[in-house]
Amino acid sequence: MGIDIKIPIGLMFTIFGLLLTAYGFFTRFDAALYKPSMGININLWSGLGMLILGVIMLALAYISRSQKP
Amino acid sequence: MNSEFILSWIDYLVMIIYFAFVLGIGWALKRYMKDASAFLEAGRSMPAWVAGLAFISTNLGALEVMGMTGSGMKYGMLTTHFYWVGAIPAMVFLAIFMMPFYYGSKARSVPEYLKLRYDEKTRGLNAILFAVMTILASGISMYALAILMEKVLGWNFHLSLILSAAIVLAYTYLGGLSSAIYNEVLQFFIIVVGLLPIVILSLKDVGGWHGLQQSLAPIVSHMPQHYAPDTWTTTWKYTGTAKANPLGVEWYGIFAGLGFVLSFGYWCTNFLIVQRAMSAKSTTAARNTPLIGAIPKMFIPFLIIVPGIVALVLANTPGKGFALPLNEAGQPIYDYTIIMLLKQYLPAGVLGLGVTALLASFMSGMAGNVSAFNTVWTYDIYQSYIRPTTKDKVSDDNHYLFVGRMATIFGVVVSIAAAYLASLFGNIMDFLQTIFSMVNAPLFAVIFLGMFWKRATGHAAFTGLLAGFFIALMHHGLTFPEGANTLVKGGWIAHLHAYPVEMAQNFWTAIFACSTSAIVTVVLSLLTKQKKSDDELKGLVYVLTPKLNEEAVPWYTRSTTLAIIVLLLVSILTILFW
Repeated sequence: MGIDIKIPIGLMFTIFGLLLTAYGFFTRFDAALYKPSMGININLWSGLGMLILGVIMLALAYISRSQKP
Repeated sequence: MNSEFILSWIDYLVMIIYFAFVLGIGWALKRYMKDASAFLEAGRSMPAWVAGLAFISTNLGALEVMGMTGSGMKYGMLTTHFYWVGAIPAMVFLAIFMMPFYYGSKARSVPEYLKLRYDEKTRGLNAILFAVMTILASGISMYALAILMEKVLGWNFHLSLILSAAIVLAYTYLGGLSSAIYNEVLQFFIIVVGLLPIVILSLKDVGGWHGLQQSLAPIVSHMPQHYAPDTWTTTWKYTGTAKANPLGVEWYGIFAGLGFVLSFGYWCTNFLIVQRAMSAKSTTAARNTPLIGAIPKMFIPFLIIVPGIVALVLANTPGKGFALPLNEAGQPIYDYTIIMLLKQYLPAGVLGLGVTALLASFMSGMAGNVSAFNTVWTYDIYQSYIRPTTKDKVSDDNHYLFVGRMATIFGVVVSIAAAYLASLFGNIMDFLQTIFSMVNAPLFAVIFLGMFWKRATGHAAFTGLLAGFFIALMHHGLTFPEGANTLVKGGWIAHLHAYPVEMAQNFWTAIFACSTSAIVTVVLSLLTKQKKSDDELKGLVYVLTPKLNEEAVPWYTRSTTLAIIVLLLVSILTILFW
């Protein structure tokens, strides 16, 4: 029906990915913030993971669009 | 322990972006909603993977996530029985054996299938019961969501209720079933991504799976019931007797009650679920929908049950400062396990993601209910009894689209009323869950017989449904779980038999209901005359339906191939965690 859901999923996770990666990067020396996650910069890692997911989704959407005339 | 979160700007930003996408999808779909079929059936155009993810996402509501994490803490890996034996076989059965009839019959809903296969009264009974229960269910999840927002985010209860209802209304009103389905797919991804950090961090905290097993051993063996040290990390090993495992049910009870009656009753007959597969674009896609859904479904336990098991270790390790909030009776509220885990491990940023995942699953649960309700209302009640179709197809299409939209508003408004009702009667949730299982189990017997036995008649099916429900009610009235303190739990007629736990009682209620319904339907079918001719039953009953030809489909996308893969994977998981 009309839209390819891979596009909004891809866009959303790309935005989340960029947002959390940046947030994780700028807060990387904030030990108090990462105390609950046992010192792991979980924002940075989650952000990178979401960025990959988002880009894969967008790539898949691009491929399926270019296959259809 | 205080369960309130302190959210920072980044958490709110994540939440706002998510809901912008949710509403955006509804908005983008608006222009495709040209007739009732597009609005109520998603135009039967969904690819199998979208329908498949929506299929399990509908079931992965927040109440499920919160409940199952709590069960992980209470019962350990035994909770996986709700997935590996309690869902996968039923999903495979639905796909391979039932979907060809649901989809191939061109019925637009489960009640409509009953009308085509049996008669008008069987459809009417099912449609009305389904409509009422669905709206109540939606109201209850709305209530639970508002309570959560009040307790966890510190928001006003009424404001939370209205705000979440408004969001759900907006996107289902705009995009109908398609919008609900697409948002369920979005929700699936956000739940996985939002909860994954919890799994990783909590397992790391206790030293991985091996460390978890070791830390659990002393805790479990010191419980008053003296369980074996590995009870929480195994599934079937201690199901020889009911007393040896925290579930309080033996292997055959799990197998028959959960693995057969309850799960088949739920997965194969619940229109809310089946509707997702019916929206698929072809028979093959419709059959593949539950199978594609089954693959993530069998790994969901690692996402939501495993952190619950870690929570048991945390709660027993004083240095961790982890405790569940207590209710008035001083009992821990297990449903809050996931909330307390989010609070324990997540810093600002991913915390927003986790909270958004929970809110998202609440809302898509409501949207699912509302979109199933408006289909049943429009086709099975309004079109059948209030305003039948006329000769003018174009004006009919517009009219039923309008009715479908109005039903959406009506559904949301009644849900809000039901939410306030739930806030007045604390037990209403238990009460409804009990009623659901009483209605679903007989329905499975009747639909199953309808699909595989052409002799089953309308009168017999109708009586079978009522008889099954009546027996379920009686069984519930005559038995009770040990230690029950309210009549909602059973025993309101007499105390004939006590079950060790509530779950055992539920299983047996369903088993009695399903078998009674089957026996009554078979006996009465033999005594009454089949009014439907073989021709009318074509496509509705197994023997009268031409065999599905899958020759044209490449072997690796055939439903049977997928089904074998699914069963193989679930067997491997079962053996690994035996």
